[in-house]
Amino acid sequence: MEFGYSEEQKMLDESIRRFVNSEIPLDRIRELVLEGTGFDQTIWNGLSELGVLGVIIPEEFGGAGMGFLDATIIQESLGYVVAPAPFLGTCIMAPTAILAAGSDDQKNKWLPEIAAGNLKVGLGLSEVTGVRENAGVTFEGGKVSGKAMFVIDGECADGYILAAGKSTLVWVAAGAAGLTKTKLNTVDNTRGVVELVLDGVEAELIGSAGSEAAAVQKVIDAGRTALAADLLGTSQRMLERAVEYAKERKQFNRVIASFQGLKHTCATMAADLEPCRAMVWYAAHCQQEIADEATLLACQVKSHLSEVSTPIANDTTLVHGGMGFTDLMGLHFWFKRIGLSRQLLGSPESVREEAAVLQGWIAA
Amino acid sequence: MDLSYGTEYDDYRDEVRAFIKEHGHKSPASSKQGNKPDTEDKAWQKLLIERGYAARIIPKEYGGYGGEADLLKSVIIDEEFDGAGVSKGLGGQGISMLVPTLLELGTDEQKKKWIKPTLMGDIFWAQGYSEPGAGSDLASLQTKAHVEDGKFVINGQKIWTSSAHFADMMFILVRTEPDAPKHKGISYLLLPMDTPGIEIKPLVTMTGEATFNEVFFEDVKVPTDQIVAKRGEGWMVANATLKHERGMLGDPRQSSSLLHQVVALMNEESVNGVRLMDSPLFRDRLLKLQGRVMAMQYNSMRLLTNDLSGNTELMPILVVKLIGTHLNQDICGLAIDALGELGVLYDDSKYLRNSGMWQTRYMFMLGLIIGGGTSHIQKNIISEHGLGMPREPKPQLKA
Repeated sequence: MEFGYSEEQKMLDESIRRFVNSEIPLDRIRELVLEGTGFDQTIWNGLSELGVLGVIIPEEFGGAGMGFLDATIIQESLGYVVAPAPFLGTCIMAPTAILAAGSDDQKNKWLPEIAAGNLKVGLGLSEVTGVRENAGVTFEGGKVSGKAMFVIDGECADGYILAAGKSTLVWVAAGAAGLTKTKLNTVDNTRGVVELVLDGVEAELIGSAGSEAAAVQKVIDAGRTALAADLLGTSQRMLERAVEYAKERKQFNRVIASFQGLKHTCATMAADLEPCRAMVWYAAHCQQEIADEATLLACQVKSHLSEVSTPIANDTTLVHGGMGFTDLMGLHFWFKRIGLSRQLLGSPESVREEAAVLQGWIAA
Repeated sequence: MDLSYGTEYDDYRDEVRAFIKEHGHKSPASSKQGNKPDTEDKAWQKLLIERGYAARIIPKEYGGYGGEADLLKSVIIDEEFDGAGVSKGLGGQGISMLVPTLLELGTDEQKKKWIKPTLMGDIFWAQGYSEPGAGSDLASLQTKAHVEDGKFVINGQKIWTSSAHFADMMFILVRTEPDAPKHKGISYLLLPMDTPGIEIKPLVTMTGEATFNEVFFEDVKVPTDQIVAKRGEGWMVANATLKHERGMLGDPRQSSSLLHQVVALMNEESVNGVRLMDSPLFRDRLLKLQGRVMAMQYNSMRLLTNDLSGNTELMPILVVKLIGTHLNQDICGLAIDALGELGVLYDDSKYLRNSGMWQTRYMFMLGLIIGGGTSHIQKNIISEHGLGMPREPKPQLKA
């Protein structure tokens, strides 16, 4: 019985933390947010040097052959510093899709390129998790048409994996004829989500048309679990900043961290967040090892982390008083990242509704 | 990540299951807890100790099973007995708190005299800690004892004393050194409840039950050798005991069991002809609670691993009581709301659901939010010990 990180995972955790803390300071975030692509070549190269871009890609395809928990360890650290890096789409969701549904040729074609940092992939699944604005993609005769919205990590992507309906996955190359990409300007500019309008765009099937529902679900589960890990990191950093600030800031001749009202606010955040850590570990473990529980855990970890993180975003800002509301503190980058993560791949309410159906509590 | 306990433990689990299958029918009902042990309770306890399912690691010479500490075996016993709804033997503060304390700090004579009859249910103990003026700030307790003719003479009052009305003995904290600093002036004494000068008044709680008492002491005389450790060391002794109490309040196994009962309730009950589970509002509350319960269950797995590996990280332990007790009350609250007007029926009624347990539990959970260190105290502990935030400065008295 050992529920937690292995020695190797502790080392991975330490090295990724060291990297993000030294290489992705707040000043760099400010610059990158102005660019708004959700990507920076220097950060990407750094992750590549750490050998983590192919974290869940098997060694035979040039990856590191590590597990899903290793992937969430990395995602958590990226969330901790609100890193603009398309890791979620490219390194977690895309390989999950290709490994679940792709042919050997496709695995050989794409996976080594992803692991090497040469190929960045955007993921369009919103039409499965929540249709808005009549979005939807149809696949017919090797071509796709329609509209994909909130394509994750799409702004910097070299190619896209899109769900065409609930049981078909396709690959579309960036810049393909008939494809129009528009950045969706969300509150969170650390990530580049886009809209794709497709008019008879050439597409490559991943797996077979109409029979990849399980693979689509797997990609959504992977994405939700990783978003929960991102939320864990983002919220952990906010809590730390609240406590750090409260220990420095003085009013009425004492540090405000000695006021009970403020201590209780911080204690509440910590108490709500701490059990989330183990929940993320377990959900990540299920993605790889316990197929029966993978989807339920993905739903619950995503919605629970969203519910815990939102008050932390608010209360950390509150602890900073007026300064928290300004741009100077930079807290708002974390606040906004939590805001986007909460909605991506389904809001807490809609994800919980999926969990209800899954458990047979209501009919589908 | 390795979530298996290993074959040795799988075998042990089979053994426990076989025992429950063969003997489970002899288990006393859980509703009997909180009463003085009767013959049935004692017989079950004796059997459990013989087989190593109770008093597992207490040495044989003191009436225990004499096994080696094995956390996973203890966890398996808990899981299997709880899962089967079978009693894990006698409870009470004598077994959970006094026995471990005596093992650690008692004299040989004290161990021989008290531990065995306590384990067997022949001596039932009450705990005399809290006072009307000493709740969260327990060390400020004022019940006094001075020595006169070779005896401690106790005067004062205790409150929140569970089981005092049927207990045989009490372990009590009293102030014996009035001039010492507050933590250094306390002693830990053992006394029979039939000593002259003790008056017990039941304290009826909001649930309508009197599980607690007020206990008044007027010139109550206790031989001076009825002390654990030395005079003035009582605070240290009590803290050795308190550490054995940790983790009992807010256990996620209880949350999970309550949640399952609400799922069943919402599947069965309907309002305006609509099944409660088909109401999106109630369903979403249920699912939110399920997420919270899950987080606490995995936190428990993390704590188990920490205990096994000697990892002493504080935060995952510190949050259990605060989060767990509120979570349990919220679950009961959903059951009551799901029942609506039926949910407020309390005493005998033909419309009562689950024997009226939801209201009782809801109120009882509030008691647990308060008892064992209120939520406010828990938040002080989390912020000070977990987050390193400073204590609130003492008020400056103006001259």
